[in-house]
Amino acid sequence: MERQPLIEFHNVIKSFGERTILNGVSFKIYEGEVTTIIGLSGTGKSVTLKHIIGLLKPDSGEILYQGKPINRMSRQEWNGYIGRISYMFQNNALFDSMTVFENVALPLKRTTKLNRKEIEKKVMTRIEQAELTEVAHKYPSEISGGMQKRTALARALVTDPQIVLFDEPTTGQDPIRKNAILGMIAVNKKKFGFTAILISHEIPDVFFISNRILALYDKKIVFEGTAEEMENLDHPFRDEIIQSLASLQEDITGLYSSRHFKIRYQTELSKRGADESYAVLVFGFDNMDEVGESISHDAAQQTLRSLGNYIRKHFGAVGGFSTRQSINEFATILPFSDLEEARRILERFTADFQEHGMQELGEAFRKEIPSNQCFDFVVSVGMAQGKPQVEIESVMEFARFDKKPIATFRCDTRR
Amino acid sequence: MAVDQLPDNEPTAAPSKERPPLLAIILNPFGRYGIQLNNTLGAMAIFLVRAFIGIFHYKQIPEIINQIYFIGARSASIVALVGFFTGMVLGLQLYYVMNKFGAVGFLGTAVALSLIRELGPVLTAIMITARAGSAMTAEIGIQRISEQIDALYTMRVDALGYLISPRIAAGLISFPILTAFFDLVGILGGYLSGVILMGANAGAYTYRIDASVEWLDVRGGFIKSIVFAVLVITICCFQGYFTHMRRDSYGSKSVSLSTTSAVVLSCVMILISDYVVTSFLL
Repeated sequence: MERQPLIEFHNVIKSFGERTILNGVSFKIYEGEVTTIIGLSGTGKSVTLKHIIGLLKPDSGEILYQGKPINRMSRQEWNGYIGRISYMFQNNALFDSMTVFENVALPLKRTTKLNRKEIEKKVMTRIEQAELTEVAHKYPSEISGGMQKRTALARALVTDPQIVLFDEPTTGQDPIRKNAILGMIAVNKKKFGFTAILISHEIPDVFFISNRILALYDKKIVFEGTAEEMENLDHPFRDEIIQSLASLQEDITGLYSSRHFKIRYQTELSKRGADESYAVLVFGFDNMDEVGESISHDAAQQTLRSLGNYIRKHFGAVGGFSTRQSINEFATILPFSDLEEARRILERFTADFQEHGMQELGEAFRKEIPSNQCFDFVVSVGMAQGKPQVEIESVMEFARFDKKPIATFRCDTRR
Repeated sequence: MAVDQLPDNEPTAAPSKERPPLLAIILNPFGRYGIQLNNTLGAMAIFLVRAFIGIFHYKQIPEIINQIYFIGARSASIVALVGFFTGMVLGLQLYYVMNKFGAVGFLGTAVALSLIRELGPVLTAIMITARAGSAMTAEIGIQRISEQIDALYTMRVDALGYLISPRIAAGLISFPILTAFFDLVGILGGYLSGVILMGANAGAYTYRIDASVEWLDVRGGFIKSIVFAVLVITICCFQGYFTHMRRDSYGSKSVSLSTTSAVVLSCVMILISDYVVTSFLL
């Protein structure tokens, strides 16, 4: 049975004067998923998002919410619909005459019957999650662009919405912050179960948290599917967007992007005989979500970066190449090693990592967290052997099954 | 939206091979202008009514107090200064004129009635327009172009209720109080120039004020100040709120043009409505 879409665009056309921005746009958004709209600048991504919340109305076509056209909703239905949505603007749209606290508190003060204490509690929780406690009483003009972005994010999430629209939430952020924001979205999405619709240029980082990708190109949606499915897309958009947006290396870890990892893997293995084997290692930073949520998203990202760097340096030296596979997972291919040799390499890596690597990670972690806070985290690794004719995904799946902890960062080790 | 612009959805005539009659060429712009003016006035009336309804909510009280402070309290010094010198000029000029007819004893009557019936409400409204009205347009205009008003919409906050209603309420409270303040300070200014500097009789000045100023004069002044409050706040807020609809400019330029339009339009409307209200009151 086909899933019922939460939001559906049906042949939407929108023009501003003579200029047509959307020309027959159709797509579906499903409940509980993170859907990312990608496309080059000025292709109508924000315009699309603004149609969902009713800031713009289509010239023709329909937008359906749970199968019902939003332009034919009664006032009560419309209020119910709009009440479920939150919007994070591209330029933040913060009230510059209000403090960070007041900005986050505004929707609660004006649209709920919560008393002052309840509002303060909810707002402070969001402010803490967004790591803005120290600037809660400052005005937007007194804080950095990244903090402004996080204030807008905190404001968008303070009403516990069911659908959150993020208009380029990571623009202008450094790699750590960018991934911290994406991590925050992923964690909050998991925790509160909202449906997220994102506009982002951060390829491939945004793919790690996205269930589905929509590609807007030449006024139309030219692709709707998963990031993996996008790899097989045969459309000029793919070359144009991927080449202009995706970098060879992922920003945060310096590892190969998944696309370049695949190219390298195909190139390396195509030269090999059918019976020759290679090894795959899958590294996991097991409780990264909890670290992000309980301590700091920045700390989680900083630690992830250190781990990525460590893997790149160590396995790069023995001819391996690595990528970030998902938000908290890395994969390394050792193309010239069988399982036995890979095990020896991994043993050396584990010994070195326990001696020096954990120290580096611990330092990176400590830099980002207050001295009175503490959290344990675990790094684990799994290994599997593959042959060129076997699908890499299934080899990785075997490696995941084999995952065992290799190092634990214990909070008391820092004292 | 500026009154001299076409709305987006205005139908445009299809090109015709026949040349339209000369009369149509001459009258078309007037017709178009008339329709636009009608649309704008209609939009402004709806804007005012919706904002007025939004006043009556308990959550508005803190914001109304804030706005009374901004429009009222912070305008008091400039209103006092202008009122004082207006009164002094009146005292001086009227002393000179009345002295020619031997009617200096009526100086208090002339100064007080001029101020209470006419100059007080008009000059107070103009001063508030210059000080607070322009600031209101600019503030709301910036909120519009930086998408803060859109953000309110997405948060389900009634933007008219949140931004405009407290200002209308504060204007309705502040304008009459500031007008009374202007009148009082103006009468003192007239006393300084007419009595202390020029030598008119102090007792006659105060006695004549007491004897000639009636409740109807004071009420008329207050009615005017309330009418001006509605006009000034509505025009200034409307110009700021719809600054993005201007077709002659965009961004910060549109805010500056909206501010100019708001001040000019408010001053013109103060003077026009002053005549209309006076003619009804007399």
